[in-house]
Amino acid sequence: MDLRFTDEEVAFRQEVRDFIATNLPAETRERLQSGHHPTRDDIVNWQRILNEKGWAVPHWPEEWGGTGWGPVKQYIFREELQSAPAPEPLAFGVYMVGPVIAEYGSEEQKKRFLPRIANLDDWWCQGFSEPGAGSDLASVRTTAVRDGDHYIVNGQKTWTTLGQYADWIFCLVRTDKEAKKQSGISFLLIDMKSPGITLRPIVTIDGGREVNEVFFDDVRVPADQLVGEENRGWDYAKFLLSNERVGIARIGVSKERLRRIRELSASEHASDGTPLISDPRFAEKIAEVEIDLKALEITQMRVLAAERAEGKGKPNPLSSILKLKGSQIQQRTTELLMEIAGPYALAYEPEREEGSNEPPIGPEWAGLSASTYFNARKVSIYGGSNEIQRNIIAKAILGL
Amino acid sequence: MDFDLSEEQNLLRQSAERLLADQYDFEARKQHGQDEPGWSRAMWAKFAELGLLAIPFSEEDGGLGGGPVELMLVAEAMGAKLTLEPYLPTVILGGGILRRAPESLRQRWLEGVIAGTTLLSLAHAERQARFTLSDVATRVRLDGDHYVLDGDKSLVLAGDSADALVVTARLNGERRDEGGIVLLLVDAKAEGVTRNGYATQDGRRAAEIQFRNVRVSQDNLIAGPETGFALLQAVTDEAIAALCAEAVGAMSAISGLTVEYLKTRKQFGVPIGSFQALQHRASDMYVELEQARSMALFATMMAAEQDAAKRGRAISAAKVQIGRSARQIGQEAIQLHGGIGMTMEAAVGHYFKRLTMIELMFGDTDHHLRRVAETVGPL
Repeated sequence: MDLRFTDEEVAFRQEVRDFIATNLPAETRERLQSGHHPTRDDIVNWQRILNEKGWAVPHWPEEWGGTGWGPVKQYIFREELQSAPAPEPLAFGVYMVGPVIAEYGSEEQKKRFLPRIANLDDWWCQGFSEPGAGSDLASVRTTAVRDGDHYIVNGQKTWTTLGQYADWIFCLVRTDKEAKKQSGISFLLIDMKSPGITLRPIVTIDGGREVNEVFFDDVRVPADQLVGEENRGWDYAKFLLSNERVGIARIGVSKERLRRIRELSASEHASDGTPLISDPRFAEKIAEVEIDLKALEITQMRVLAAERAEGKGKPNPLSSILKLKGSQIQQRTTELLMEIAGPYALAYEPEREEGSNEPPIGPEWAGLSASTYFNARKVSIYGGSNEIQRNIIAKAILGL
Repeated sequence: MDFDLSEEQNLLRQSAERLLADQYDFEARKQHGQDEPGWSRAMWAKFAELGLLAIPFSEEDGGLGGGPVELMLVAEAMGAKLTLEPYLPTVILGGGILRRAPESLRQRWLEGVIAGTTLLSLAHAERQARFTLSDVATRVRLDGDHYVLDGDKSLVLAGDSADALVVTARLNGERRDEGGIVLLLVDAKAEGVTRNGYATQDGRRAAEIQFRNVRVSQDNLIAGPETGFALLQAVTDEAIAALCAEAVGAMSAISGLTVEYLKTRKQFGVPIGSFQALQHRASDMYVELEQARSMALFATMMAAEQDAAKRGRAISAAKVQIGRSARQIGQEAIQLHGGIGMTMEAAVGHYFKRLTMIELMFGDTDHHLRRVAETVGPL
């Protein structure tokens, strides 16, 4: 037993770190460090830089651009991206629909879509959730009715993240109304420029426009954009969701935030004029998160080691812990950053995100701290809410 | 990075688990607790036979040359069965210090420890010290070729049955100075040693020990005033790592008992485990258990680290996680068992009590959290 990384893994981490240091555009790094979201261009440019290097889609089959890295190297790669901080690959293409097409798509679909996902020529978004569905994903009401060599799609999707930039959307649609809940669902790829699609932004509590509603009104979708078999979509969705949970602990992101918390709490002053970090109460709050994060990191290592031993496919029950604890830690770090900002968290200046020439109210970094905190409440809701994770643990692990 | 055990380690774990599965179920434990002196000498002899008492000692001292991983495996197995025997005081604390002692002392004592005929303990804690490791008021002075000891030691684990005591005492400096602390090996029956043994909340034994003008010949010096504290610190950290593993064994067992109870206990005509409110609490116990397991592994990995600051920070972080998990899991296990959990006849309460005592030993959660908060550097 040896919990340290091997020399080879350490060298690999350094290689990734060096590559990011040399190739990540400075303005992108600065934007992320100051707590802003990456812009569309930040994400696209960085993905193309990675693609040129051959690192765009490490976990895909090698035939389609995968690197053949084992789970540990994949984890190191993602952690380095998160802690740089560099934009993470657009999950909807790289982690979600890409692997589904590679696994279940036709040869024609693979050739048509996979290289364009790897190079982010196509921006994908996700059409799973529907109004009223919440965590009960299988209650899909959007319908697709076969009409010759097309499907006619009607219905509504919601919580579609960054749909405003999207060229394509992958959807769960109901193709058999008579079948039982899970078994009448199909997995359809839809061009966002299709007539009959309208997008409406949802403004979230942080004031951001990150998610959208998508309406389908008699949208004609060529039948060759069905993935796999009709009515088997739920299987593909489960495959997709099990991939989604792997990176969900976002340990690198929390590590980077903790670094900033330590830095800022040393430079910002408490009411008595001494640095915040010298307030034992605050120092202990930081220490508590640090310990939580270390424990989670080792739990993540255990998941990776099990995956390496057993091979992929079988989702590790420990991954529910990654979601639960990972989301709580992310949320806690945003709380602490806001607490450091203190009164300067009050000012709401959304226009500054577009690069205003007006000086900020309070320190530059503090302006977004409350928005980031508000926004982070989502992480215990999406990806299977934390209550769903507890259900999974109770049923799949404890047998209750 | 791998979590795999070697073949020998797997064998060690299996044999320890098998022995305890055979001879240490809850009913047998009650019997062992009735034996003189509050635990089973017959079990102790079996531990010796199996080599469990030889683990951390070097092969030239007659031991197995095992390290923190081996001790973790044994501690976890013992935690799962709530064994009462003085493994921590004899093998990990007393033994941990003795194995770093001068050769003459190792030769004189270790054979008996490994054979199971000699019991050790560490007489260090004092009434006023709370969790400050360097707080030692017991005085020692040199008188010719003897040291003379004076002071009171508290909560000496299994101190009433120990044959020899490792005693910390101050040769010079102020009460809380790290320098000036020496470690001496003292025969427990030496003139001037008075022991008052008593039961602890977790069914084990401890002793208050007075040292009055106790004369100890110079060749019983384990560590002098420059190195004494560092040695004490290293062994305490090893003990905390082992305690973390023991706690994981106990938390795993108590969680298992609780889930089993949820499946079998019926109320309103259904197993209470079908209620979501209880399912979610059981799930949270599981999360806490696995996080604790991760940090116990971390403590094991860091227990042999030479850099004391780095090691101490890691060990403290682990103890915090163990303490938080132990409190939540222990309290929830009692709550989910309901009334039966309040009784001595159910095992769950005994696990709860041991976990609570582990929380309070060698620095409680607040103490270790403060240690992590006051120091810097990555974990």
